[in-house]
Amino acid sequence: MAGSGKAHLRDEADTILRVEDLNVEFPAGRGRTVYAVSGISFDIAKGETLGLVGESGCGKSTTGKAILQLPRPTSGSVRVKGNDLAAMDPESMRQARTGVQMIFQDPISSLNPRRMIGDIVAEPLAVWGPHDEDKQWPIVANMLDAVGIDPDVARYKRSHEFSGGQCQRISIARALVMEPELIICDEPVSALDVSVQAQILNMLEDLKAQYGLTLVFIAHDLAVVKNISDRVAVMYLGKMCEISESNELYDNPAHPYTALLLGSIPVPDPMANIDDVLGDEGELPSPLAPPSGCRFRTRCPLADEMCARVEPQMRRVSDDHYVACHHPLVSADPVGDPSSEVTISL
Amino acid sequence: MTDVGTDSDRLTRAEHNEPLLEVIDLKTHFQVEGGIVKAVDGVSFTLDRGKTLGIVGESGSGKTVLSRSIMRLITAPNVITHGEVRYDGRDLVTKSSREMKAYWGVEMAMVFQDPMTSLNPVVKVGRQMTEHIRHHLGVSKSEARATAIELLKSVRIPEPEVRIDNYPHEMSGGMRQRVCIAIALACGPKMLFADEPTTALDVTVQHQILNLLRQQQKDRFMTMIMVTHDLGVVAGRTDEIAVMYAGKVVEKAPTNQLFADMRHPYTQALLWSIPKVSQPKHTRLNAIAGRPPDLISPPSGCSFSPRCPYAQEKCHIEEPPLTAGAAPGHQFACWYPVGSPENEAAWERNLAAGVPQTLAAAGKLTATEELLETINLADDTSDHEGAGA
Amino acid sequence: MAKIIAARLLRLLATLFAVTFISFMMTKALPGDPAVAILGQDGIQNEELLLELRAELGLDEPIPVQYVTWLGNAVRGDLGESYINRGQSVAGTIGQRFPVTLQLALMAIIIALLLAIPIGVIGAYRQGKWQDQASSAGVQVALSVPNFVTGIFLIWLFAVKLEWLPASNWNRISDKGVIANLKTAILPATALALTQMAIFSRLVRSDMIATLQENFILSARAKGLSDRFILFRHALRPSSLSVATLVGINFGALLGGTVIIETLFAIPGLGFRLINAISQRDILVIQGITVFIATGYVIINTVVDLFYSVLDPRIRRS
Repeated sequence: MAGSGKAHLRDEADTILRVEDLNVEFPAGRGRTVYAVSGISFDIAKGETLGLVGESGCGKSTTGKAILQLPRPTSGSVRVKGNDLAAMDPESMRQARTGVQMIFQDPISSLNPRRMIGDIVAEPLAVWGPHDEDKQWPIVANMLDAVGIDPDVARYKRSHEFSGGQCQRISIARALVMEPELIICDEPVSALDVSVQAQILNMLEDLKAQYGLTLVFIAHDLAVVKNISDRVAVMYLGKMCEISESNELYDNPAHPYTALLLGSIPVPDPMANIDDVLGDEGELPSPLAPPSGCRFRTRCPLADEMCARVEPQMRRVSDDHYVACHHPLVSADPVGDPSSEVTISL
Repeated sequence: MTDVGTDSDRLTRAEHNEPLLEVIDLKTHFQVEGGIVKAVDGVSFTLDRGKTLGIVGESGSGKTVLSRSIMRLITAPNVITHGEVRYDGRDLVTKSSREMKAYWGVEMAMVFQDPMTSLNPVVKVGRQMTEHIRHHLGVSKSEARATAIELLKSVRIPEPEVRIDNYPHEMSGGMRQRVCIAIALACGPKMLFADEPTTALDVTVQHQILNLLRQQQKDRFMTMIMVTHDLGVVAGRTDEIAVMYAGKVVEKAPTNQLFADMRHPYTQALLWSIPKVSQPKHTRLNAIAGRPPDLISPPSGCSFSPRCPYAQEKCHIEEPPLTAGAAPGHQFACWYPVGSPENEAAWERNLAAGVPQTLAAAGKLTATEELLETINLADDTSDHEGAGA
Repeated sequence: MAKIIAARLLRLLATLFAVTFISFMMTKALPGDPAVAILGQDGIQNEELLLELRAELGLDEPIPVQYVTWLGNAVRGDLGESYINRGQSVAGTIGQRFPVTLQLALMAIIIALLLAIPIGVIGAYRQGKWQDQASSAGVQVALSVPNFVTGIFLIWLFAVKLEWLPASNWNRISDKGVIANLKTAILPATALALTQMAIFSRLVRSDMIATLQENFILSARAKGLSDRFILFRHALRPSSLSVATLVGINFGALLGGTVIIETLFAIPGLGFRLINAISQRDILVIQGITVFIATGYVIINTVVDLFYSVLDPRIRRS
């Protein structure tokens, strides 16, 4: 049994994306391997926003890119509406990929500085049509308008004439022109100032309602992820620790790692309790040689001998709340629960 | 080498509990092709011994330039500095870089934002920790090394005897920032500047580093200035907070007072725009309309006025001075401070008149309309920016 | 480290094989028949003598066979004999002349670096100020004056006017001792060094300017270290990667390219001999010296590559 189980997966008919047993490994020289993502599974229902959180090196960005087959995952399936992208030949994958778009962290460098905004946003249309420029422009203008950029002002300008927040809006417009069903947002607001960040988050919510978008929202900021996500998955060292409806996850974290993350957020309230744990800056486990059993056990206060030996499987905490931990902080169904068996057999 | 004051003189100042730092109308301007960038434009404050001041602002607010100006680390040939920085009774602004070397490291030290780039990649951690100990305190190589190992222990790096011979790239980000803190503490400075010390770090590491800074500050009775964009970082860890906007302090208050009773519309807007874990998912955020001003030709009057939902005619014309409020130590620069009847009247007037940023703040515009307003506002300043670039 | 060096040695062998093959082919392609060159007018008249000589030199064999024969001998240290000065072994000639050229090149590089590093560092430290402008102007002059002109000027100044040093000739250390040797070496080495100095100092300056913008320089300043310490102990090493590369390339080039200076100062160096051999179609000498210089080139650049990891420890890892 690879990975952390699939008890949390839903009926595939209700989902638009289903990722199963995803493994991404990179060669690291001298015959070593980076185990960036190891056997994770998740699904997303139409119109849902799934947040992926975790610290640097947890594999959240790699997971986002692996959905788009950038690069192709080492193993596992990525099914968009039932079609496995990982099994497709390059040409049909190229076509299938238009339904999935990506927005990156650094808005300025993800726009070609030499091209005009009108052309950048029209780029996907130039490949997939309509090829007639007169037909492209109304679509482009409509999208720029939707993201709050005046199309006539922006059309012949270049990216350096816009601020970071505006560039991010342009990137979003470019992702939207193909009318994708799924958008993967990789840290889309972390390079922005807080005041601009709020504008973009609000806009994403509006666009989602307007165009019926489904989002994967990857970020390290837990408050941002909670604000935008319907469900949140917490990742650590290439594994999924916990997945839950957002409010429930933040109210009742079941995984010790989730609790550690939540306890570390600096809260803008001077009355909030701050512990004075200093912690030792020891060697963090590396994705080159991840710990056996539960990968979090080397940092976990609850870890015991079983955690080193047996990898925990996903189990149900409550409706739409699953955790992969031998010692969850809130009570969970025992492993081998009949309902999880049913899900696995799907 | 200049002396930094006689011992008896300094002892008296300390006994009388005179503030360690007094900044008086400090201006740091940069001469550029398009004009003068007023990065810091008339900042004054005093900071008592052993206290922590948080300086909060967004990018371009001047918070980093301010901290570096106080420490006199800005040496660009196009810089113009006015005002006074009185450190322990002595004005630093008039001192040359050569004279400042007697202060740097010994009297005041700085922890920088990015531990990945603020350590020399080709020099072992040990030498980077000992070189200034030896330079300032004149101790032998082995004594300095012993001190460095002690310091690594105090910032809780395991196996300091091994780690001291590492190169920076052999350490994690959190470990490097601990080394940077140890370096800053090495010569026992009285004043510590921390410039976004945890922005580049993961949240669990950030938490520990902030705790470490607080503990070290207490143990060593240091005075500290913490520069950050994150109100969360300063909330529980400072005595006072100064909020900066467009090179100026727009509000300053003891931390509890500030959070309990924000008076400046920008402070309020900044806090409201941050998503918080305590809010349920999909809570609509109160975004601030528009974007930060152009520092070469800032808007006339109050520089926040183009984005402020309460702005009146007066705000666009006349700049509000930083004045004391009712609560001790609370200062703000606003004609219509939040919580005052004038403020409420201004809000009602703007709402009735359909002022876009007010409608946006009231949630009466959709995000797109709000954003279009944003662009229009931004376009007003884009010409100036073009000239500056 | 041992593994890296082993890999390097393997690459060196491959390079040497390619170099010897190409240079062998190229010397063969030179117009003119060595046998004719040796025998002169007599050879052209006496067909038999010519054939006999060709057979003796192995020139009647197919070219690939000639190469294999030569290579087989070369591996054993036998580079053959000069066609012109019969009885003079090529290896012996190189053994005699190479130390002279090596010393000259080494001294030139050292003098160049000793001047270039401070000039480049000051230029970067005082960027735009008079120190930078003055050194830039000086560097420009050094760059535009050919080294034989510099050589003539040095001879005029130190030998003719001041009479401090001899105008030409070469004293071997083994014959006359170190002092006498240096007296004859310093002027030609300096003449060679000035151009190198100009190039090196430009490179140090521009790399140093970039390094001085780094955050770790700001944090070093915030520690109260002296400017000189920061420049030489923090900024110089990360700024020397490009200059190290160029030192490797130019050092190799100097081994074969000092001929003008050797001629000017009447120095019995390798370059001098090489030009001589080329004009006489003395193919085995050309071949031997070429291979020797190429080997030197490859070795020097291997040393420089290994030196990178000393300059920047991060290179050791990847």
